[in-house]
Amino acid sequence: MLDETPLVEIRGLRFGYAGRTIFDGVDIDIQRGKVTAIMGPSGTGKTTLLRLIGGQERPDAGTIRIDGANVPALSRRKLFELRKRMGMLFQSGALLTDLNVFENVAFPLREHTELPEIMIRDLVLIKLEAVGLRGARELMPSALSGGMARRVALARAIALDPMLMMYDEPFSGQDPISMGVLVKLIRELNDALGMTTIIVSHDVNETAGIADYLYLLSEGRVVEHGTPKRLQESGSEWTRQFLEGLPDGPVPFHYPAPDFARELLELPSP
Amino acid sequence: MIDTLQQLGAWALQRLERLGRSHLFILRVVVGLPELLARPGLVVQQIFAIGVLSLPIILVAGLFVGMVLALQLYNTMVNFGAEQSLGPVVALSLVRELGPVVTALLFAGRAGSALAAEIGLMKATEQLSSMEMMAVDPLRRIIAPRLAGGILAMPLLAAMFSAIGISGGFVVATGLLGVDSNAYWSQMQANVDLFDDVINGVIKSVVFGMVVTWIAVFEGFDAIPTSEGVARATTRTVVNSSLAVLGLDFILTALMFGDNG
Ligand SMILES: Nc1ncnc2c1ncn2[C@@H]1O[C@H](COP(=O)(O)OP(=O)(O)OP(=O)(O)O)[C@@H](O)[C@H]1O
Ligand SMILES: [Mg+2]
Repeated sequence: MLDETPLVEIRGLRFGYAGRTIFDGVDIDIQRGKVTAIMGPSGTGKTTLLRLIGGQERPDAGTIRIDGANVPALSRRKLFELRKRMGMLFQSGALLTDLNVFENVAFPLREHTELPEIMIRDLVLIKLEAVGLRGARELMPSALSGGMARRVALARAIALDPMLMMYDEPFSGQDPISMGVLVKLIRELNDALGMTTIIVSHDVNETAGIADYLYLLSEGRVVEHGTPKRLQESGSEWTRQFLEGLPDGPVPFHYPAPDFARELLELPSP
Repeated sequence: MIDTLQQLGAWALQRLERLGRSHLFILRVVVGLPELLARPGLVVQQIFAIGVLSLPIILVAGLFVGMVLALQLYNTMVNFGAEQSLGPVVALSLVRELGPVVTALLFAGRAGSALAAEIGLMKATEQLSSMEMMAVDPLRRIIAPRLAGGILAMPLLAAMFSAIGISGGFVVATGLLGVDSNAYWSQMQANVDLFDDVINGVIKSVVFGMVVTWIAVFEGFDAIPTSEGVARATTRTVVNSSLAVLGLDFILTALMFGDNG
């Protein structure tokens, strides 16, 4: 437990979709046993970053080391071995629509373990209880609300007790009560099970509340990083605007576009 | 002019690239097929899903095709005084040709389109991505069982199509046209050869099942992950697999029956 090297170490990360640069030299360290939040405006590439860490996209340059192994260089077999120790909560939940809630949570257990049915049942019920949906185990995903689907997906993601949990926008679509429970749950999972947690979010208050460390991303770069306390006292105008949610300032709200007034006056080309 | 040529070239390249991708794809799926022996439940589930999906339309179509065949052939054969041979002619048409081909076309329209849409939607809703993140290979868990299921279901469906078609022909021949019922069956038994006719028909339907299911799962897996992309993949599945079935049918027929003059 004295291992001080970061669990995830990203260096010089460059990545783009078809010519559009998303990351332009990003360095990030995720410390073991800590909750690290990655925040930034919508469309900066937070989801993309998680996909890169999970090995679903390949960087154009740079390294992504998890526990010493460089993810983009791993063979498919090694990558799959690594993924068994990672849990990822997708922004949409991404439940398997032909299986009910119970079977969705049981899915990783059935695929990767030889546990007897009784133990699978108990494990699934424990995970579902943790997200407050034990009573919904017979429902099909189509009968769940968006927030409920995300909680089921969370139960599924932690089914194998991963060492690294990644959450993509865990708080959006949750009512205040389930939000509170969820915030506590993420913290507890991290501390009690000795996990390492990455949260990607733009919900400033909730995220800053549970994170040990924050990274702020914008326009392909890390703008600032530090403990929540340090960032709140930051002198940077950008950081203050983002954390306080002010409409005017250096953080752009718009997707890059030509001047609006000019575009309105332009004649449509035939 | 140059523009047109350029577009044509780009189009051809794109086609070739897709063709290459579909071959790599099927190769990776086929490599995973033996693993299914350890989990036969997954395949049985798919045979059931695909078979049940297509069974009603195939039974109804088979019945009518058999009845129409008897009517049409009788009208010609009666001119040659050969109407007592109606049984074998109906049976041969069905077993050799119409059974495998019509079944494959209906199979493409019913099961193929459903497979492509299902897989495309799983992609669009990130189910395949999430599976990958759970260290489960969708090619092995989702695609391989469906491919195996399609290949196994097709000959069963074609056999049922032929069987019900022959029965439909029998009802029309004996009930409506006055063909002797003993002649219908005994002539059929005497003139339909197990190897030359039945086995060759089965080979055809296995090949068609393979091609239609391959096209369906590839189109679904390769779909652009939006509702429009899934819709296009579904259409392409039906069009491409129907054309492939008809083209292959000619080649197979020429190889199997071309030389006995
Ligand atoms: N498959 C793709 N092909 C092309 N561009 C993409 C693709 N996926 C995402 N992008 C682009 O990459 C950028 C980053 O996307 P990403 O989903 O990572 O953003 P995000 O930070 O998670 O946003 P949000 O907070 O809204 O979820 C977006 O501008 C998007 O347009
Ligand atoms: Mg996102």
